[in-house]
Amino acid sequence: MNRHLLSTADLSFDDATLILDTAQELAVLADRPIKKLPALRGLTIVNLFYEDSTRTRISFETAAKRLSADVINFSAKGSSVSKGESLKDTALTLEAIGADAVVVRHWASGGAHRLANAGWIKSAVVNAGDGTHEHPTQALLDAFTLRRRLGGLRDRRVAIVGDVLHSRVARSNVHLLTTLGAQVTLVAPPTLLPFGVEGWPCESSYDLDAVLPKSDAVMMLRVQRERMNQAFFPSEREYSRRYGLSAIRMNTLPEHAVVMHPGPMNRGLEISAEVADSARSTIVEQVANGVAVRMAVLYLLLGGNESAIGGKSSDNSGSDNGSNDEVKA
Amino acid sequence: MVLDSAAIDRALTRIAHEILERTHGADGAVILGIPTRGALLATRVAEKISVFEGIEVPVGTLDVTMYRDDLRLKPVRALGRTQIPAVGIDGRLVILVDDVLFSGRTIRAALDALGDLGRPDTVQLAVLVDRGHRQLPIRADYVGKNLPTAQREVVEVHLEQSDGREAVLLGSKE
Repeated sequence: MNRHLLSTADLSFDDATLILDTAQELAVLADRPIKKLPALRGLTIVNLFYEDSTRTRISFETAAKRLSADVINFSAKGSSVSKGESLKDTALTLEAIGADAVVVRHWASGGAHRLANAGWIKSAVVNAGDGTHEHPTQALLDAFTLRRRLGGLRDRRVAIVGDVLHSRVARSNVHLLTTLGAQVTLVAPPTLLPFGVEGWPCESSYDLDAVLPKSDAVMMLRVQRERMNQAFFPSEREYSRRYGLSAIRMNTLPEHAVVMHPGPMNRGLEISAEVADSARSTIVEQVANGVAVRMAVLYLLLGGNESAIGGKSSDNSGSDNGSNDEVKA
Repeated sequence: MVLDSAAIDRALTRIAHEILERTHGADGAVILGIPTRGALLATRVAEKISVFEGIEVPVGTLDVTMYRDDLRLKPVRALGRTQIPAVGIDGRLVILVDDVLFSGRTIRAALDALGDLGRPDTVQLAVLVDRGHRQLPIRADYVGKNLPTAQREVVEVHLEQSDGREAVLLGSKE
């Protein structure tokens, strides 16, 4: 049984449900005067971040600290990585320090997989985002938020809208939400749908206005300008007109439907400020739920002498890996 | 079979009466059951107190999984529910309820868990079965049945809601 969480494709229905149920029991901790549990006392968790992050890093740090683990934060900026140290050498350093788990965010798709399977370290690896591949804990917190708001996921229709091509959030959500019984529709201009998307377990569409009225939830993705090395749409104004969620568009959603965004948002581009701050928006709730979900993941991976999740082999990345940048040791 | 359905009910009735007597009407009491079966028993005891004296004692559950001292010696365990009544536990008389008292380690974990939730005035313990073999200086205040056992014997408590029938059984391993 491995102790890694690399991809939501590795999670069975039972695994995913166990994580969400555990997160539900842990969510009450936020309301207590002493927000701490002793489960991971004495364990060292390293946050290894090769890319900038606000919410994911502080969310993982908070989760680990609430479980009484010791946390070491490591960001590429200001470390030996900026002197040219390779992932392997950094990994060997972490192994020598005695890290029990490494939470890794890497700019390369497959970064977390490489770290987990190269034999450099014995510690558990949690993927906190690898390039344009996967971001499993984000999908788990999205599923958790949806389950709370909609009461369940079976047969619920979720639209994932925008820059799917560069989105690890979309990829992780397609796998996880499908595993949990939801029906996912990707909505994007043809240039922002990944190559081979017809092989994914979901629908796709170019027409947002047609999809909204039959959606129980709509997940807006950030337009990832930093990953765009060519023109994917004529102008931001045109993108916003066709794929941005305005208040007028939001009103075509069913009464109970919710609006999600993984953050950080480009207000005015993929989502209007009015929508982001509306009562249907779960954006702040998603961040709060992120801590409970990450606590659940860390507890289930590290809380006993063997992991409670991820019984399935994780050697199946690449099959749906939309990116072509490989990780070099 | 050590206790049948009627015997379990009589034991809980007696525990409820003893609680009322010893705590002078269960004033300021909060009953917390340890999942899963302790939580079911806690609800029953509170219901009996309500029937006998018309007092509604706040009932909750206290999961101790993360406070166990053998947590990392075994595969990861699923968490139970912790639900503290709205009145809280600060300054209250907390009565912990569990099904079987054995080594005392679960109760030690429960006391640690309580410490993170607040500061009760007093903590008492009610158990359906005390089977002996304590490994820690812990004793129960209310005992449904004292059951002398050998170390290698197994005590199983079955309740309607969790197991579909009511019984306390004594068996041996294998």
